[in-house]
Amino acid sequence: MANTRQITERTMHTLFFVVASASIVMLFMIMVFLFMEGIPIFDEVSVKDFIFGKYWYPTSEPPDFGILSLIVASLAVTLLSALISIPLGILTAIYIAEIASKKVNEIIKPMVELLAALPSVVIGFFGMVLVAPFLQKVFDIPTGLNLFNASLMLAFMSIPTICSLSEDAIHSVPSSLKEASLALGATHLETILKVVLPASLSGISTAVILGMSRAIGETMVVLMVAGGAAFIPESIFDPVRPMPASIASEMAEAPFRGDHYHALFATGIVLFIFTFFFNIVADHIAHKYKQVGEATL
Amino acid sequence: MKKINSIIVITIAVVFFITLNSVNFMVKMLKRKGGNMKKINSIIVMAIAGLFFIAANPVQAGNLVIKGSTTVLPIAQKTVEAYMKENPDIKISLSGGGSSNGIKALIDGSTDIATASRFIKDKEVKLAVEKNVFPVAFAIAYDSIIPVVHPSNNINDLTLDQLKAIYTGEIKNWKEVGGPDLQIVINSRDTSSGTFETWEKKVMKKERITPRAQVMASNGAIVQAVSNNKYAIGYIGIGYLTPGVKTLKVNGIEGTEETTLNGSFPISRPLFMFTNGWPKGETLDFINYVINPEKGQNHVADSGYVRLY
Repeated sequence: MANTRQITERTMHTLFFVVASASIVMLFMIMVFLFMEGIPIFDEVSVKDFIFGKYWYPTSEPPDFGILSLIVASLAVTLLSALISIPLGILTAIYIAEIASKKVNEIIKPMVELLAALPSVVIGFFGMVLVAPFLQKVFDIPTGLNLFNASLMLAFMSIPTICSLSEDAIHSVPSSLKEASLALGATHLETILKVVLPASLSGISTAVILGMSRAIGETMVVLMVAGGAAFIPESIFDPVRPMPASIASEMAEAPFRGDHYHALFATGIVLFIFTFFFNIVADHIAHKYKQVGEATL
Repeated sequence: MKKINSIIVITIAVVFFITLNSVNFMVKMLKRKGGNMKKINSIIVMAIAGLFFIAANPVQAGNLVIKGSTTVLPIAQKTVEAYMKENPDIKISLSGGGSSNGIKALIDGSTDIATASRFIKDKEVKLAVEKNVFPVAFAIAYDSIIPVVHPSNNINDLTLDQLKAIYTGEIKNWKEVGGPDLQIVINSRDTSSGTFETWEKKVMKKERITPRAQVMASNGAIVQAVSNNKYAIGYIGIGYLTPGVKTLKVNGIEGTEETTLNGSFPISRPLFMFTNGWPKGETLDFINYVINPEKGQNHVADSGYVRLY
């Protein structure tokens, strides 16, 4: 009897271990795969020429594998979308957590979360069919598929992330802090700005960075609305070609294990390093500036 | 759509690869734990062996493997679906990956039919013959690429040289080719598409398209962009023409099915299927189905290409 029980126990132990390690193993496998497929391109071009090369002509003869314009495009799109989504996301979070009445909350909160449920291809389609012609008419520019349009759509996508994570952070500020502030004669607005926001700053920073890391990795939207021109943009109304768009649109027909294929995987490595960096920073902030004492999350 | 399909295929392939590896890893973990796991072990090993067996032997009796050009993929998809409906006992596996990959697969024997948006190259023929493979070509359809502009544009006709100059970025304004005083917004396709390949070969003649060109992921996206933009020029497959865009004549010749088939329209090319030697059995039946004017050729027209007859 005891033997059977031991076996069951051990089996369960192993089973749970396997399940728990599955995601780590997968992450590791994907990383190994990514690097294995991406590194060979550096036999053809140097790391410097790859990252700082201005021309991306992977299929012409001879090919040019320079992804500077793609990197700049990714960063530009992410930064501009952050400029739009950060104020919107955080202000919405403050409104939901501190100002809105319960009834209003019951409507707004699910709505914002619903925004996160919109498939990115739908947002992309919206940007392509409605926003692009609108921008073109209003600003009288040659094309509506550009950096600004893409940033706008990406902002839509990162607002829910930023909003709901910041709202959690704001919500977890203990009411005793607020009460103390109000008792000292501060108004509601002063309390929000000088007590609640500083107390939840680390949570909000994490939210912002995770929102941005979502924007930099987002593929479908930039594929559909960014315009896809691989040059360094000179204005916010220039079409751009961020890294994920380039990978997604070219991978399908890149000859298997050819230079183009390896170059796309190497672009994937660069993208991975960017998102990895974003996540590390978020993690670092969350740990270093942990809300302490009463404000602990 | 074909792009999205291939992305899905790639994703599935990656997931498959990862699952195999993690199962492998699991087996190792179980092995380390020793004795009592022997039975489970052998079952898992057998299951994996089975998976590998299936993966490694795509060419089986009653089965047909088709690989190659994503340009041909829409035609192949429709024909394969219809063909399998008529012949339920035959299973056809179809994948894209590009003309070169299809021909490579034909040479190493991992596919029965290779689809290609170009004719086989001398180098490939040499490689094939060395391996005792003798590729036979069947033209199955024609692809014709039409330059389009916004309906308000007063230009009707451009020469190949003008098109080339526009796409290299030399001509930047419509008035340089007799149009309105507007900047030209160039719409192109991503470098992996068959449409781009044809355009590059027939119009650009090895010169590079300016990096300022907007790159769209599909014919539909080009139609969408050009029909909404009076500055724009683009090019699409003949099957995607809609009233929302204005077609341009090239060198004075209008791109129609007729001018494509008689060879006078300059931006067109035949599409091929290659088999190893003269096809036999199921392969022959399928090829016959594809070039049958009552059956396969209808799907050619449905997919936006030009029928053989």
